[in-house]
Amino acid sequence: MASNKKYWKSEAELSPNNSIVEQLRQNEFPEEVPVDEFLGDKEGLAATTTNRRDFLKYVGFSTAAASLAACEGPVNYSIPYVVQPEQIIPGVANYYATTIANGYDFASILIKTREGRPIKVENNKDAKSNNGANARIQASVLSLYDSSRLQGPMAGEEQTDWDTLDATVKATLNATQNSGKKVVLLTQTYASPSTDRLISEFQAKYPNVSHVTYDTISEDAALSAFEARYGERALADYDFEKADYIVGIGADFLADWQGGNFDSGYSKGRVPKNGKMSRHVQIEANMSLTGANADKRIMLKPSQQKIALAKLYGKLNGTTVGGELPEAAERALDQIAAEISKNRSGAVVVTGIDDVNAQAVVLEINEMLGSKAFNPSAPRYIRQGSTAAVNELIADMNAGKVGALLMDGVNPVYSLPNAAEFLEGLAKVDVSVAFSTLWNDTTAASKFTGASNHYLESWGDVQLKKGHYSLMQPTIKELFDTRQFQTALLKWMDNDVSYYEYVKATWNENILNGSDWNQALHDGAFVASGDMTSEATAAPADAAEGAEEAMTSSVVPVASALRALASSPSSDMELVLYSKVGMGDGQQANNPWLQEFPDPITRVSWDNYLTVSKADAAKLGFENEHVANGGLDGSYATVTVNDITLKDVPVIIQPGQAPGTVGLAFGYGKKTGVREDMQVGVNAFPLYQNFSTIQEAKVTKAAGMHEFACVQLHKTLMGRGDIIKETTLEIFNTKDHAEWNHVPQVSLNHQEVPATTVDLWEGFDRSIGHHFNMSIDLNACTGCGACVIACHAENNVPVVGKKEVRLSRDMHWLRIDRYYSSEDTFEDDNEKKDNLSGAIGSKVGFEEMEDPAVNPQVAFQPVMCQHCNHAPCETVCPVAATSHSRQGQNHMAYNRCVGTRYCANNCPYKVRRFNWFLYNNNDEFDYHMNNDLGKMVINPDVTVRSRGVMEKCSMCIQMTQKVILDAKREGRTVKDGEFQTACSNACNNGAIVFGDINDENSQVAELKDNDRMYHLLESVGTKPNVFYHVKVRNTEKA
Amino acid sequence: MKKVLNRHQIATVLGISLFVTLLFSAPLSAQEAAEPAAAETETASQASDESAGDPAKGKQLFNQNCAACHALNRKMTGPALANVESRLAEEEGLGKDWLYAWIKNSPAMIASGDAYANEIYNEYNQAAMTAFPTLSNEDIDNILAYTSAPPPAPPQTTAVPTGGETGTGGGSGISNDLILGALVLVFGILVVMLFLVNSTLKRIAEASGVVIEKEKTEKRTPIWKAFAQNQFLVLVSVIFLMLVAAYYAYGWMMQVGVDQGYAPVQPIHYSHKIHAGDNKIECKYCHSSARVSKHSGIPSLNVCMNCHKSIYEYKGNPEGPSPEDLANGYTNEFYTKEIKKLYKAVGWDETNQRYTGETQPVEWVRIHNLPDFAYFNHSQHVSVAGIECQTCHGPVEEMEIMYQYSPLTMGWCINCHRETNVKVEGNEYYEKIHEELSKKYGVDQLTAAQLGGLECGKCHY
Repeated sequence: MASNKKYWKSEAELSPNNSIVEQLRQNEFPEEVPVDEFLGDKEGLAATTTNRRDFLKYVGFSTAAASLAACEGPVNYSIPYVVQPEQIIPGVANYYATTIANGYDFASILIKTREGRPIKVENNKDAKSNNGANARIQASVLSLYDSSRLQGPMAGEEQTDWDTLDATVKATLNATQNSGKKVVLLTQTYASPSTDRLISEFQAKYPNVSHVTYDTISEDAALSAFEARYGERALADYDFEKADYIVGIGADFLADWQGGNFDSGYSKGRVPKNGKMSRHVQIEANMSLTGANADKRIMLKPSQQKIALAKLYGKLNGTTVGGELPEAAERALDQIAAEISKNRSGAVVVTGIDDVNAQAVVLEINEMLGSKAFNPSAPRYIRQGSTAAVNELIADMNAGKVGALLMDGVNPVYSLPNAAEFLEGLAKVDVSVAFSTLWNDTTAASKFTGASNHYLESWGDVQLKKGHYSLMQPTIKELFDTRQFQTALLKWMDNDVSYYEYVKATWNENILNGSDWNQALHDGAFVASGDMTSEATAAPADAAEGAEEAMTSSVVPVASALRALASSPSSDMELVLYSKVGMGDGQQANNPWLQEFPDPITRVSWDNYLTVSKADAAKLGFENEHVANGGLDGSYATVTVNDITLKDVPVIIQPGQAPGTVGLAFGYGKKTGVREDMQVGVNAFPLYQNFSTIQEAKVTKAAGMHEFACVQLHKTLMGRGDIIKETTLEIFNTKDHAEWNHVPQVSLNHQEVPATTVDLWEGFDRSIGHHFNMSIDLNACTGCGACVIACHAENNVPVVGKKEVRLSRDMHWLRIDRYYSSEDTFEDDNEKKDNLSGAIGSKVGFEEMEDPAVNPQVAFQPVMCQHCNHAPCETVCPVAATSHSRQGQNHMAYNRCVGTRYCANNCPYKVRRFNWFLYNNNDEFDYHMNNDLGKMVINPDVTVRSRGVMEKCSMCIQMTQKVILDAKREGRTVKDGEFQTACSNACNNGAIVFGDINDENSQVAELKDNDRMYHLLESVGTKPNVFYHVKVRNTEKA
Repeated sequence: MKKVLNRHQIATVLGISLFVTLLFSAPLSAQEAAEPAAAETETASQASDESAGDPAKGKQLFNQNCAACHALNRKMTGPALANVESRLAEEEGLGKDWLYAWIKNSPAMIASGDAYANEIYNEYNQAAMTAFPTLSNEDIDNILAYTSAPPPAPPQTTAVPTGGETGTGGGSGISNDLILGALVLVFGILVVMLFLVNSTLKRIAEASGVVIEKEKTEKRTPIWKAFAQNQFLVLVSVIFLMLVAAYYAYGWMMQVGVDQGYAPVQPIHYSHKIHAGDNKIECKYCHSSARVSKHSGIPSLNVCMNCHKSIYEYKGNPEGPSPEDLANGYTNEFYTKEIKKLYKAVGWDETNQRYTGETQPVEWVRIHNLPDFAYFNHSQHVSVAGIECQTCHGPVEEMEIMYQYSPLTMGWCINCHRETNVKVEGNEYYEKIHEELSKKYGVDQLTAAQLGGLECGKCHY
């Protein structure tokens, strides 16, 4: 039964003899809170010159002064436009379709603008591909208003003007024509048809120009494998919605693997429909977001993953492949192979191992299976970097062969593993120009810096995948004297055409094929019609044919690849570098929203860290401990890879980390051009040797303890285990919902009745008008956190900083709780023990049971204000600042709140947030609300809260009210789907659905009637308006 | 914050009008009104000598058809038209036929390549003149007659202050005062009479030998001592005084932050009275975003220029400036100067009739300042509920200087939401909810409060 499953938040809870856990059942804080420090300091009190009477005088005076000051209001000015643009109406938002393409994140998005200011990123639901904005893309609008942005071109550290820069570059371009030196463009991946055309024209004018594409986090192996097989440097596309059986081997495909944006398809397949859902097996070393969502997770070192991949191929192909694997893994692979062979075309195998052989084998497997989810005929172009070319460039630079280096969208001095070599070479280049929005290590080392446009100020286009185009249009005029790289190229070519005209011309000539440019620009995305039809009909046939061809043509290379994989050498400690959901490749390290975004797995914000398994931590002496103020501390480690040493890397003991491996995230440790508060973490790029995320490492303990800012660290669930409900697909399909979705019972008149039927309060009639409900499907939620940032942006949630987060004063209105769990029940453990058979079986079985913390299951649960119909917060407010509406929303009137915090204490869900400080206009909180530029992102429809008031999720009442008003004005009823919140809008996975349950035909009403529906803490009787859907796992029992 | 209170204004207005009414009597104004009419007929008879057309009819036609783009003595969108006929004949050698053709279909003439037609067309930024095929030759003659007449003398701006016009409003105030004054007089007379009667009676008493006893007051304790000795009385009066003080303190505190009557001095003296009152311009013509947005919007300057491109001077209302206007210095020159301020801000070059591009946004002082934590949406009230702007903003069409009419306090909002019925007719959105709710409450008409208009979160989020 699902409700008996044991959940835990820290390993300490699993030990029955742990005194701390016993203590915690009674006390919230493990150690005594040191109140004496500030209350009992007799000496300090005696020494002060302010006595009680003086204090009262001060209070009296300041109160009087404040009241007098309040009598005089300020004079406000209203300055209308001189000539108002036709489409701008003050107070009404405009939406523009555009595209983000910063070399790491590629997506079709909508930008909401108010009075000409972009304030929010939304998903472009009409786009056919890459239409989901992840957390980083959601936050990218704040980077536009970064007060440390470059405001004009620079020569070294001096300001210069564009004319000087243009003249120098042009002179160099002309001078190098005959000198035999090369001019190199070192850029991010653009995947842009117009930029490609522009660069080839540039090369035609200056024949010594070469173009090197550099991806900060490389997909070179996958690109090379695809190129070898299909003759095009691209990445295969996958549609996980079509997959019934997914095997991921070291591939974090729900995050950023091969460009990301696979999660919405994945989630659609994960919701049980007609008794079916996809099954997902993940073989990995780090506990990744993808592994956390898997039905079965197998921990293997990267070297073993390679062998496992080779063996899986062998088992599917009926051949024998050598190599050593642990017994359990071997059996698991047998099972995978058996399950795949039941429905070969429904299966798909993906891998993230940075090894051409591994990537080639995966392509081979998917071809062999004829996988429906695998689509090599419309490949993705959003990664094009070549590590070989980058290395060659560095060699050329050092040999003095490069006359000019023009860089855009890259920061090689920070992100190259061999940055020192690059720097040396850069000094030998005659003219170097780096285009960037921010001052960084590369601009500091370049002769010139081109202040670049933010993507929201730029024109552009992207071919996301074959035939799928997307347009980028500016949503605001350049804030500063900046220029996008393409415009600069045009200038240097003496071409007077603007880049807008250039893009338009490219589209009219090559892409639109007669379709309307304005329509394409309006939609933001365009699918070439020819490609659409051929894809739809020809893809499966292609795949089948391709499979046969591949079998015959590529036997030899696959065989050698398999041999290479099977003989992968193992090492004692393997380091797996990864990118965090919040930080990616570190481009937006200066973005406070992303810094404060807690990692979905570790729930740590403002840091990166070495994830270590418990066994290794014990071996190496690493510790994690909670201190009295509620913070988490961790030991420091020294990590060495091939003579390169990273010192003082903080350690997190991560359940689910494969023993013998450690993980470390990219994107942190930036110092140059990053505001002091955001110079956090360590830079992992120096360890990224040969552009491989898998490294052999030596890890030792260093002195000292690191202070983390972790948002979820209560050691226990305080006996509220039923907050998450889950079951297996088998039970879900065969048993009555009362069994797997157990409603807590209470005693009424000495009879056990379901808690939901008992009501202490008189209910309020909510059947008239709108009644908003939110549905959260724990099956569809991958924990990606896009909703968290969307909520941040929509509701002007302040950033509080690392120190405050550590004091549990984080302000996120919406949090995604992460729970670990092991076996279903302790009875299950006993049963398992009794049924073990054979020497090997019992050894493995006992090993598994020995420590459930080794490889736990993970569940994500987004929690925001539950908008209880019987809200405990409302009854305790002494000033009636929080009250209920007939539409189901729990209102919070900030201007009425006096800050007693009773409501937060009485809230069973802990979703209320208190403003301990004034976070705006306060230089103590130097994030974005204290400068004019950063304030431009503030949503004018939501109050910016002041100090001393409670705040919480409003269920985006500003959005629901707007929908109602629009309907009233147009004299029509509201259609289903119109009501949205920031989080439901941001959720591209369909996990969060919002709507009006009084509209019987609405999606949310249907979801409420679903058997999987339950409320949080039903036994409390709060009757929330947010409900959840029981998580169903497709475990092997199914 | 500078406050100019409403009541002060009213008092001043009353005072002045009283003064003025007392000074002048009605017959004077009748004479005054007769004068311009006479002047007009005079000019008309002069004009008829020179041309075949009728200048009076011509003036009417001119105002209907031409005045939007032409003035007599001034370049506007098109050239100045005073004496256009003779000017063309003298300078260009073009006769009336050319003018007939041009006025009836100027684009055709430009297309046909007529030299002077193209010259004019290019001189005025290639703004094609509307074709007037409906005007007969006779009409055109009339118009030309009007243009040939010597331009009328500028209206007298420093006219002698006259009473009468503002008659009714001031008059009723005066009559009240008169009645009151009369009453005071009557009472005064009564008091005097009583004294007289009293003294007469006393004299009669003396005469008849009656002795009136004088009261003995020496031994009495003074009243304040008696009061201080009576502790109960002291207690009661202290409580009374405290209550009174509390009442006034509360009243004073409640008006903190309430800026009713706030009428700041604006960078351009914009008169709502002239625009919305005298000229009856619909509020939402300028405040157009009130229909669709939460903001009513201060019109951008290009909206002003829709009219002020041709209205370059203030000619005053037909009756001439009122004495109170004059007392405030609101002469025609004053208003014209304000129009020039607009031209400067919007960058309008009057002589060349084009925009210079040098703009200077106007910093209006905001009058209605709702706190940031209160959400108010104009379109909800204006478009959905159909509430008149005046309901909250008061008689704007009478406001020479705009001021805050309503207190804009929460109590004021709530009160209106309690009293006002929601306009549901013809709005499909309300159909279902109105039917169900009115059944529940047993009423025909639902107030905004019954529809949830009092919930905190509807305005505070």
